[in-house]
Amino acid sequence: MRYARPETSTEASRLLATEPGLARVLAGGTDLLVQLKAGMTEPDLIVDIKGLPGIAGITREAGGFRIGAAVPNQAMGEDKALVAAWPGVVEAASLIGSTQVQGRATIIGNLCNASPAGDSVPALAAADAVARISGPNGERDVPALDVAVSPGKTRLAKGEFVTSIFLPARPANSGDAYLRFIPRTEMDIAVCSAGVNLVLDASGTITAARVALGAVAPVVLLVEAAAAAIIGSKLDDAALARLAKAAEAACRPISDKRGTIEFRTEVAGVLARRAATIAYARARAAK
Amino acid sequence: MTMALDQQPKRQFKYVGTRPPRPDGIDKVTGRAQYGNDLVAPGMLWAKILRSPHAHAKIVSIDTSAAEALAGVKAVVTARDFPAIEGDAGMRDVQLNCMADTHVWYEGHAVAAVAATSDALARQAVKLIRVVYEILPHVTDVDAAMAPNAPLVREGQAMENVPAGMSANVTYTSEFGHGDLTSGFAKADLVIERVFKTAATHQGYIEPHACLASMSSDGRGELWTCTQGHFYFRTACAAILGIEASGLRVTASEIGGGFGGKTQVWAEPVALALAKKSGKPVKLTMTRDEVFRGTGPTVTTSMTCKIGMTKAGRITAGEATLRYSGGAYHTGTCDMGAMAGFAAYDLDVVRTYGWNVLTNRPKEIAYRAPGAPQAIYAVESTIDELCQKLNLDPLDVRILNAARKGTKSSYGVVFEDIGLLEALHAAKTHPHWTTPVAPGTSRGIACGFWFNFGGNTCVSLNIGTDGTVSVSEGNPDIGGSRASIALMAAEELGVPYETVRVVIADTASLGYNDNTDGSRVTFAVGLATIKAAIAAKTNMMARAAQVWGIDPEAVEWVDGAACPAGPNAGKFPPMTLAEIAANSFSTGGPIAGHCDFQADGAGVSFGVHIADVKMDMETGKTELLRYTVFQDAGKAVHPDYVEGQMQGGAVQGIGMALNEEYIYSDKGTILNAGFLDYRIPVASDLPMIEAVILEIPNPGHPYGVRGVGETPICPPLATMANAISRGIGARLYELPMSPPRVLKAIKGA
Amino acid sequence: MSAIAVTTTVNGDPVQFLTDPGETLLDVLRYKLNLMGAKEGCGTGDCGSCTVTLNGRIVCSCLVLGAEVDGAEIGTIEGLADGPNLHPLQQAFIDHAALQCGICTPGILVASKTLLDRNPDPSEEEIRYWLAGNLCRCTGYDKIIRAVQAAAATMRGA
Repeated sequence: MRYARPETSTEASRLLATEPGLARVLAGGTDLLVQLKAGMTEPDLIVDIKGLPGIAGITREAGGFRIGAAVPNQAMGEDKALVAAWPGVVEAASLIGSTQVQGRATIIGNLCNASPAGDSVPALAAADAVARISGPNGERDVPALDVAVSPGKTRLAKGEFVTSIFLPARPANSGDAYLRFIPRTEMDIAVCSAGVNLVLDASGTITAARVALGAVAPVVLLVEAAAAAIIGSKLDDAALARLAKAAEAACRPISDKRGTIEFRTEVAGVLARRAATIAYARARAAK
Repeated sequence: MTMALDQQPKRQFKYVGTRPPRPDGIDKVTGRAQYGNDLVAPGMLWAKILRSPHAHAKIVSIDTSAAEALAGVKAVVTARDFPAIEGDAGMRDVQLNCMADTHVWYEGHAVAAVAATSDALARQAVKLIRVVYEILPHVTDVDAAMAPNAPLVREGQAMENVPAGMSANVTYTSEFGHGDLTSGFAKADLVIERVFKTAATHQGYIEPHACLASMSSDGRGELWTCTQGHFYFRTACAAILGIEASGLRVTASEIGGGFGGKTQVWAEPVALALAKKSGKPVKLTMTRDEVFRGTGPTVTTSMTCKIGMTKAGRITAGEATLRYSGGAYHTGTCDMGAMAGFAAYDLDVVRTYGWNVLTNRPKEIAYRAPGAPQAIYAVESTIDELCQKLNLDPLDVRILNAARKGTKSSYGVVFEDIGLLEALHAAKTHPHWTTPVAPGTSRGIACGFWFNFGGNTCVSLNIGTDGTVSVSEGNPDIGGSRASIALMAAEELGVPYETVRVVIADTASLGYNDNTDGSRVTFAVGLATIKAAIAAKTNMMARAAQVWGIDPEAVEWVDGAACPAGPNAGKFPPMTLAEIAANSFSTGGPIAGHCDFQADGAGVSFGVHIADVKMDMETGKTELLRYTVFQDAGKAVHPDYVEGQMQGGAVQGIGMALNEEYIYSDKGTILNAGFLDYRIPVASDLPMIEAVILEIPNPGHPYGVRGVGETPICPPLATMANAISRGIGARLYELPMSPPRVLKAIKGA
Repeated sequence: MSAIAVTTTVNGDPVQFLTDPGETLLDVLRYKLNLMGAKEGCGTGDCGSCTVTLNGRIVCSCLVLGAEVDGAEIGTIEGLADGPNLHPLQQAFIDHAALQCGICTPGILVASKTLLDRNPDPSEEEIRYWLAGNLCRCTGYDKIIRAVQAAAATMRGA
């Protein structure tokens, strides 16, 4: 196995594209090293992207935030403006693993790992975040929701890697939230999860909604029926009940060592309700 | 931390009962302490074990040639390298468990091992070993394994008393108790019979097994390992390798947790065999994955419990059938459960039936009060359900039925002084119990019990010419025992704690010492230390008598000094230990005291736990709000470490109750062999654990000491089950009470 | 495999070593630099006993490659005391009996120090969540939390 630490995006793409064997990108390493040690992956080349210019920074752009691929989740929580604008995304990122993992793991690594249970993805999907991909043919943008195609697989072509993620400017009267279910209080992979982003009008009526569910399907689901269930409401109990039902109906989970089909389905509905309630309160409090 | 008031007259101690810093503290907070994996040797090789991927298979062939041919590989071993033990079925089982011979009986069973010049090469070499398996049917569930047509795990393991017609997987049965069941249950106003199931759990010590072994061609070997019993390890390694025990010296490293799981050998004989074959020192460390698949978890159980109670709360009869499996090897752990299950109760009618059943799982080894938490969970849950249905206070019912001095236990022993009632009364008057249960929360209570053991013990106590004291003992320190032993030596000799140094000596330096287990060390090694100190004092008083020219009988020891007594009282100023020691070369030479004996008179230790929980009724998640532990320590030599045992054991029990379990695939393989999905409690899962120590002295120990380490893991399973069941309005009968199970019970209620 | 030359700082001291691409920082610390204080409890970042600081953040050294730390600053348990003088956290752990077997202790001390550097007066809940990635099997965490609180008070001069 070889290790390379390129200093430009072009060089990184070239290394990834021209490697005859298996090449893996290394940012935080908290998924890659676990897979290496378990024998789940045997790369011929590891490309450490942490040396690329600008890759470790959070910058303002068009009223939103561009988060570099090497920004550890802990750093996201330290950016007050980001926390204020996208608390749901930050709390999703902050839930991934221990404090030690937080010091290394990145939201983009979580996205590209393409686990159905990855905590960042439902929140990014609800936020309508966009991944910027760099490759041999230049750059392109792909919605975060569309990066993963199946468990462990992304739509990145050989030679491509994600350099940043863009969170749009937060509209007025809007708020987001992310909740996950784990059996302990920390340190578990999400059994199921919900990311909700709401936009309200001045009277408190929901005008736009994105509801994303995690760990209940091979990839994160953006449930349009769940959004439709609450648009036009002020998130009263009837709306919440419709939301939960729509969320449950969209679930197609598996039973495994972390949860059963019945449990995941039921609790996904509960979390969608609770996340929507928090997002709504944040939207009402926002200026 | 509070010490409960009780009515016992108390001896006044000077050092025992204080809280000085532990002697290994600085080493451990600076990273200087050396654990099993921390030793390296020049020319050292790295070892790796190849393990069966199948739950049950015949080994058709093993081809190690490709591994042996890899540059850097210096030795490869299989069962061929371990001469089959004859005449000792138990040790043959240990040998087979270290290295499978004709069959593998569980996923993770070792089949071969290599030693190479680097860890990476060893891992590569192991992949080159070609094993041909013939897969056989397997069974992992204890009830399924008992069925007459169950897949056969192993033949010929059954004891004579197993009835004919049962599956050959049933190896053992036992019966304890007294009284007539029919009339006993007839006296009850309500009889409840329930079936309980518990999963296998692992001790979860954070330090994986690790050792460094060397062996020369003359049969002399050195072994450094993290162990709870280096004397037993020497015996076992010698037997498994077919060498003389006297040629092997085992040194115990600092140990990163054991809880019973390091009282058996797995890696050590393999490392020694590789060392012998390669002529080099060999380091063998297990990965976490290997610890789960290849070491010794608890039994897995299925239990039937039937208890009858009057409207007034008196238990009229108790009957339990305990179906235990300790993996593919016979174990008598069901007897431990049988003895402990009803121990907290004074019963006219009680019966326990134990069964041991083989399954294709790793070989069980002890985990803190082995077999007891499970049986106690069943009994305490059934009693709680009876209390609910009869609308009785569960604590008052415990007090009404509590075992006390003179109670005949279900296993025949009549208790002497015990502290259960004191613990129950302390619980009843404690703010945790007297504070009303807050709305939206629920409370559970349960009792627990464990014996203590005495056993083979050997201690040497040496008085240095500078007046300091050195105690050599043979029990690895897993809970702070060096501090307790130093306190007892200081107390008996009347010298400051700081002048006493306790060392855990190697196997060549002392006679045999039983393992650090069975909650025996503070009791037995403490007792031996006291006796050794008394022997040293006798010697020192004789030296003083010599100096004074008086009869040694006319000397007494007061406050760390020899004093003339009787007719010579006051004639000479006292000679302190330091003075006698400084003068020792003129009075006859070095001064020491020695004790080798089998300690007897160990007491038993009872505990009571209370838990308050808040249940999320939509997800089945349990939030633990408050937890209090009451336990009789006899005499708390070092209260900090007694509290530590109570808190640590309670949290392990809480883990067993909430989320810990071995999860098996339908192929009989373990799905959660890591700390990610084998979920032990983390810091944010828990509140502070309040520990209340009771002291009802054990008459069998001069300071009243009882062992305390194991009892605390016994009450929490039912304490949590009772709190959760009351909270959700439905009873749970299977552990762990993970959220999917709890939510299912909520929906079904 | 070709070895990679790395220059870094460990506990304030300049250090150089050669590492294979697949070697972790934990392996390097233990078997190349003889710093045995960080322990391998699981190898997968689930137990925290390998905790060190990397450029001021706590990380699991079992999940960092040796090759990644060129130019970085690493802090281990061996750097916590000031020569023979224990750090208040170390002293508090001894005073409050916050360790039994001690295998988790180096990781917990390094993690706790970083917490107190950022937040000199953490609540009990903040301490527990910060340390959630440091597994302890012996103590039930109670005395550990109390020791961190006591050390924080000492360091605040309270």
